[in-house]
Amino acid sequence: MTEPAPTPEAVDGAVSTSADLADGRWHRLHPATPLLRGGIAFIAILGVIVVNLRDVAIEIVFGGGNDWDDEYDPITFILEHDYLGFVILAIIGGLLLSILAFYLSWRMHTFRITDELVEVRSGILFRTHRRGRLDRIQGINIVRPFLARLFGAAKLEVTVAGQDANIPLAYLSSGAADELRRQILWLASGSARAESADAGAAAPAGVAGPAGSIVDQRVAELLAPELDPALAAPESVVKMHPGRLAGSLLLSGTTIVVLAAAIVATIVIVRTGEAFFLFAFVPGIIGVGSFYVNRVTRSLRYSIASTPDGVRVGFGLLSTSNETLPPGRIHAVQVMQPLLWRPAGWWQVSINRASTSSAQGAAGQANTVILPVGTLSDVRKVLELVLPLMVDEESIALLERGLVSKGGDDGFVNSPRRAAPIRWFSWRRNGFAITSSAVLLRKGAIWRELVIVPQARMQSVALAQGPLLRRLRLATVRLHTVAGPISARLGAIDETVAVRFFQDAAAEAIAAGTADRSHRWRAPLVEPPAEPEQA
Amino acid sequence: MTLELPDTEWRRVSPKYIVVDLVGTLIGGAVVVGATSIAPAVSGVTWLWVIPAALAVGFVVLLAFTPRRVRAIGYQLRADDLLFRKGIMFQRFVAVPYGRMQLVDVNRGPLARAVGLSELKFVTAAAATAVTIPGLPEAEAEELRDRLVELAESRRAGL
Repeated sequence: MTEPAPTPEAVDGAVSTSADLADGRWHRLHPATPLLRGGIAFIAILGVIVVNLRDVAIEIVFGGGNDWDDEYDPITFILEHDYLGFVILAIIGGLLLSILAFYLSWRMHTFRITDELVEVRSGILFRTHRRGRLDRIQGINIVRPFLARLFGAAKLEVTVAGQDANIPLAYLSSGAADELRRQILWLASGSARAESADAGAAAPAGVAGPAGSIVDQRVAELLAPELDPALAAPESVVKMHPGRLAGSLLLSGTTIVVLAAAIVATIVIVRTGEAFFLFAFVPGIIGVGSFYVNRVTRSLRYSIASTPDGVRVGFGLLSTSNETLPPGRIHAVQVMQPLLWRPAGWWQVSINRASTSSAQGAAGQANTVILPVGTLSDVRKVLELVLPLMVDEESIALLERGLVSKGGDDGFVNSPRRAAPIRWFSWRRNGFAITSSAVLLRKGAIWRELVIVPQARMQSVALAQGPLLRRLRLATVRLHTVAGPISARLGAIDETVAVRFFQDAAAEAIAAGTADRSHRWRAPLVEPPAEPEQA
Repeated sequence: MTLELPDTEWRRVSPKYIVVDLVGTLIGGAVVVGATSIAPAVSGVTWLWVIPAALAVGFVVLLAFTPRRVRAIGYQLRADDLLFRKGIMFQRFVAVPYGRMQLVDVNRGPLARAVGLSELKFVTAAAATAVTIPGLPEAEAEELRDRLVELAESRRAGL
């Protein structure tokens, strides 16, 4: 560490909503942090003890025969041997010790945000000091578990590229977390600090409304819509329709498995005539039911919106969570349609990103799914947000053809007819298009899929050919992005076309990589602040 | 007909790498064939010899193609990216812009060290990039590493 360790006086203890947490000085977390992090376990242990004491208490109050002498019971043992005093002393001692430990760990857990870095110091015996560079931020996630919401606290997580490389700040007061995220993103965007202060004064974030008593405030927070209407332009928001959500779940692969299981069960019961087999399926039914309920509640109140500092995705009914992805942090986008969703015209959008957030995404899926289910117009809105460079008419039309077109001469370079033996139904549609900012790969006639890779995020390009493809004079191309659920791979295209694609894509990757400035997306040298979303 | 990129001057790896690859394959083959031979030798079931025999044939084919496979490995430092190719049956070409480099590794296995060769690994944020150039003479590998670092430094790009 090059900097001197700050003295305790340098730590600003105030964690109130009004404090400027991003002022470069050391701050502490929400005072309820120990309770929220460790307190739950504590309460659970207490509950177990109380339940065990209940029998003894009933017996003491109501008397009654002591007819379970042969059982070893620590409580009766204590009572009979007059150890009660010691035990109470021990419990009080233990409580005091753990309170002290919690208090110390809270005091030692400090963070600060400077113009360049996010820093967190924690631990009593084993000190941890973690620093993250602001221009490497991949996203900022604010999670509000139900219990924490009752306390008006929120967990803020700064995600950076890499496994287990995130910087969690758990917990902050709810309003402060929103404000802090805005400030961190502002600092990370590369705009001047003075501007940040002005904007903060102009548009105060956090909980609006009368802040009379604490109870009123909490109630207001709990009832507030997940997306503060003041923070985003309403027309850019996709609203999740509960019926569609339920429908999409019913038409998912899980349902097929459940139906198959039900059919097998019915056959077994009818054949054997033994109805008690039904009981064997009870745990399965409970599991499946809770899976569906869980997915629906997590996806309810889903929202996606454009903010000046990137795309904001939020969801959750009881435990809420929302994440802001700054521009240029999306490495690949996939729009796909399972066969069963086709009659309804639903699509799912997922992304590849460099960071892994500990919080789950919508519908309990990995947080790479940014639109769990949506119609074509929803998909269009979402793509506009995640691909800010593809908003002109031509690109939108191209994207749409990439989704629904049956193939042919429609702006995509498709597989030749001789690819039919290995792409039975999709050879007409199996193709690619290179625009000025992204590469589009279109696949699948039954399970339709479109993969879009922004050129500025491409890591490398590969071209491959095995013996089978060589016989058919075909080849496979692949665009390498950071690890994620999407693999940008397109097989069975004409080999001379593939060689040209390889060379074009490689050249585009270099050009886009050199021109890319999204790690400081609002730096004044590159572009005027009026056009912030440049990927 | 194999794939060929126009206007490329491939730099090939050292022919000594053929020896390294051959010996490596030979050792691997001997271990695998030996291990699968234990079962038939101990049990005396004759038809079980099919497994080690088939494996042995496979390794012999692999050995026979080793010189060609090694000659097929090539790389080229272009103005802004590194081009890499390998394979004859399963051809693979990769182009990585220098700015995407996260780190460069130079490794030396015991066999390669005996003949003075190194292996250079170019790592990006995408695991699938997988550019590993084997069979470079030690001095050349180090020179190439320094050159790549220098090129990456001058063309630094974000993630």
